[in-house]
Amino acid sequence: MTRWLTIAACAVLALGAAACGEEEKGGGGGGGGDIKGAIAIDGSSTVQPFAQAALELFQGENPDVQITVGGAGTGDGFEKFCRGELDIADASRAIEDEEKAACKKASVAYSEVQVANDGIAVVSNKSLPVKCVKTEQLKELLAPKSKVKNYSELGSGLPDKPVSLFSPGEESGTFDFFTETVLETDAEQRQSNVQTSPDDNVLVTGVSGESSALGYFGFSFYDQNKDKLNLVEVDGGTGCVAPSTATIQDGSYKPLSRPLFMYPSAKSIKKPQVKAFMDFVIKNQDKISKAAKIVPMTSEQATTSQENLTKAEQG
Amino acid sequence: MNTAAERSLSRKVVERASSGRRTKDLMFRLALLFSTSVGFVVLAVLVIDVLLDGGSRVSLDFITSPPSRISPERTGVAPALLGTIYLMVLCAVFIVPVGVATAVYLEEYADRDSRLSRLIEVNIQNLAAVPSVVYGILGLAFIVRGPLGLKPVLLAGALTLGLLVLPVVIIVSREAIRAVPSSIREGSLALGATQWQTIWKQVLPGALPGIATGVILALSRAVGETAPLLVIGAATFLLFSPDGLGSRFTAMPLLIFEFISDADTDLRAAGAAAILVLLALLVVMNAGAIFLRNRYERKW
Amino acid sequence: MEATSAGAMGSPRPDLYRTRTRRSTGEAAIRYALLVAALISVLTTAGIVFSLLEETVVFFGDVGVGEFLFGTKWTPLAGGESQSFGVVPLVFDTLYLTGIGLLVATPLGIGSAIYLSEYASPRVRRILKPVLEVLSGVPTIVFGYFALTFVTPVILKGLGLEVGSFNALSAGLVLGVLVLPTIATVADDALTAVPGSLREGAFGLGASRMQVSVRVVLPAALSGVVAALVLGASRAIGETVIILVAGGQKANLTLDPAVAMQNMAAFIAAASRADIPTSGPKYGAIFAVGTTLFVMTLLLNAISIRFVRRYRQVYE
Repeated sequence: MTRWLTIAACAVLALGAAACGEEEKGGGGGGGGDIKGAIAIDGSSTVQPFAQAALELFQGENPDVQITVGGAGTGDGFEKFCRGELDIADASRAIEDEEKAACKKASVAYSEVQVANDGIAVVSNKSLPVKCVKTEQLKELLAPKSKVKNYSELGSGLPDKPVSLFSPGEESGTFDFFTETVLETDAEQRQSNVQTSPDDNVLVTGVSGESSALGYFGFSFYDQNKDKLNLVEVDGGTGCVAPSTATIQDGSYKPLSRPLFMYPSAKSIKKPQVKAFMDFVIKNQDKISKAAKIVPMTSEQATTSQENLTKAEQG
Repeated sequence: MNTAAERSLSRKVVERASSGRRTKDLMFRLALLFSTSVGFVVLAVLVIDVLLDGGSRVSLDFITSPPSRISPERTGVAPALLGTIYLMVLCAVFIVPVGVATAVYLEEYADRDSRLSRLIEVNIQNLAAVPSVVYGILGLAFIVRGPLGLKPVLLAGALTLGLLVLPVVIIVSREAIRAVPSSIREGSLALGATQWQTIWKQVLPGALPGIATGVILALSRAVGETAPLLVIGAATFLLFSPDGLGSRFTAMPLLIFEFISDADTDLRAAGAAAILVLLALLVVMNAGAIFLRNRYERKW
Repeated sequence: MEATSAGAMGSPRPDLYRTRTRRSTGEAAIRYALLVAALISVLTTAGIVFSLLEETVVFFGDVGVGEFLFGTKWTPLAGGESQSFGVVPLVFDTLYLTGIGLLVATPLGIGSAIYLSEYASPRVRRILKPVLEVLSGVPTIVFGYFALTFVTPVILKGLGLEVGSFNALSAGLVLGVLVLPTIATVADDALTAVPGSLREGAFGLGASRMQVSVRVVLPAALSGVVAALVLGASRAIGETVIILVAGGQKANLTLDPAVAMQNMAAFIAAASRADIPTSGPKYGAIFAVGTTLFVMTLLLNAISIRFVRRYRQVYE
């Protein structure tokens, strides 16, 4: 009996040792490996892949920093941030007035640092051939009181199929941005025939699996799943434009292009590990964006971000 | 009581006497055989499907590398596997003393008819039927936030899971303790031992194999649970392995959940591979339980 | 979980201890320590009830009980005017999914139980019963994976059915597979508890095995079989992960199984992941749904215990 317990315990320890050993081996390579501490990051699920890629590359050089990244949604991220529970808030839109007020009330000061760009891609199932859609049509389709039951109701050229929609949920910055820019409402969208999820992957699976599905989410998720989805071009008044790195960076994909931000709190930026992380992020933003398959910043945007960051660190 | 052997015997003896309705009987028998085999077939298909999807990804690298967002082909499960193992050990530390103590109290000390012991018994039966999400809510309200305020760290996860499987440990331990014959206790008492000495030196060692089997089964259940950990807020993507009771953590079921929710087929394959690792862990644990049961179970 | 049976051998009568032991303070201390441990289980229940009720009461202050229980629009996470807390679609979906599951698990489970107890030789039984045990030990996340990546694309679409990636049929079928072992095991227990004399009598009168199983043994074990079904239903109602992964993100009030559905437990898990604030109706909704779920499973469990006690009583 005791013999077997010992053997089992040894097996467990061996597994543990093997895992620990692997990590040390992997992490000891790069320099600057003596920074320690924890960093709590949460917020936008669109920024999440960027943050995860950043943390992987950063931890490769600094294995003693424990970083957790969540994807609860921009809104929920700010709520946690303004309660003092996060070091950095990821956001796919700028902080709003109510959130600013909440942070002020809790004495949480912060700085706004752009880290990447993103566009919202409108996609449909491969068997739903929609080439281009006007913003007015999107508005009619997704307005809160919309009664559109068939795509053909929106205009000629659109397929005669029943409406089945996928969109991010209310906690998502993508949702906020879309409803504000296209629907021109305050975070309100139609409820019937719409499935929402904070997880963009779920939306990809949903749209790619249902033959009359249409949805929207961050461009990087389309980009990584091109083979499963049909991209819909958006006409924001000046013709049909497809989202791409170029059109998002120069803003010609409108109105659905936007910057992505990280908000380090003033208190946290003083911690050596957070400072090192943010420096790393801005310095390597191009590499990180490419690794996360997100649209990187232009060099002007990067310079501005560097300036903001330096100001924050000195402030 | 009639055993399977007795029933079989009575069937054999009497079967020859019955006649007719051959086709109906045969069809019925086939239907039953079909029903019974469905479970087996589904299990086989499930295992084969997972093997096909993820078998190629399982390797020592897979077990020892951290997950990777930037290169899904290199993604691994190390922090989650360690998290699961730590959770299991911590959970055991909690449920063994509490569960066995409860069982001992109910079997050896409590007055069967008292309201208190009846309350505790009914309580345990009800707890065993509560869905695991509700335990997650309990953990969130009391352990992660609320009075204990531990935040979603390793200890909080272990306690939540412990409460979930505690009823299993109690019920199995009670059966094991009950199986120890009265004569053992009486002999011990006759030699002048106190109640506790009797329990500690005679009853518990006799019940130990049954208790150990029960504990392992409870831990297998805890290891496979996803919902409570999701609700208390354990992370799903972590690169570091937990380094203490107060560390953020992740576990195999959570990582599997993250992988398979991903639309990326590479990561889904990794999810299947992670499932294989988890199943392997469970097989080892259950084999251990079966071994203990066969080798050490005493037929009183 | 099956109710505990009264033991035949085992603990001596408490008075045996009382006459022979010396009650030193050490013994008394040990007794109290054990009692404290035993009370932890009571505390757990109290904790569950308290944690659920506190926020639920607050929630019902914001959102009326009537609106919650009878409203048919469940959009708790929406903003502004679109937000609605009518739980009917969520409860309906939960029961609908459980219904599909039971439709599968009941005939298969009872069929397996009859086969195991009335037809299988002891050797076959020794092989087949562990298969059921193994099936019941598979973590639910694995079933969720199976539903999402195999049942939906391969089986359902293979049959030519027009289903979405997340649909109720797939989740319901796999849910059935999940509770199949529970129903089979408990029903088998009930069937084997029927005394051999009943069978022998029937055989003696010239009945075939099928007649004996269906007309004699099954009715005799009926309350136990019903207990098995109720237990299976209780398990299915509280299942989270399979629905979360393969069922869908929205509680749709419809009879169409090709559509996505969400049940109460999956809603709680999904809502917790989206990390709701620590107050307000959105937060309270999680607890209100939790309370509803808790009450439903408690009732089902009480019913099944009643049935188990009935069949145990008859034959012991």
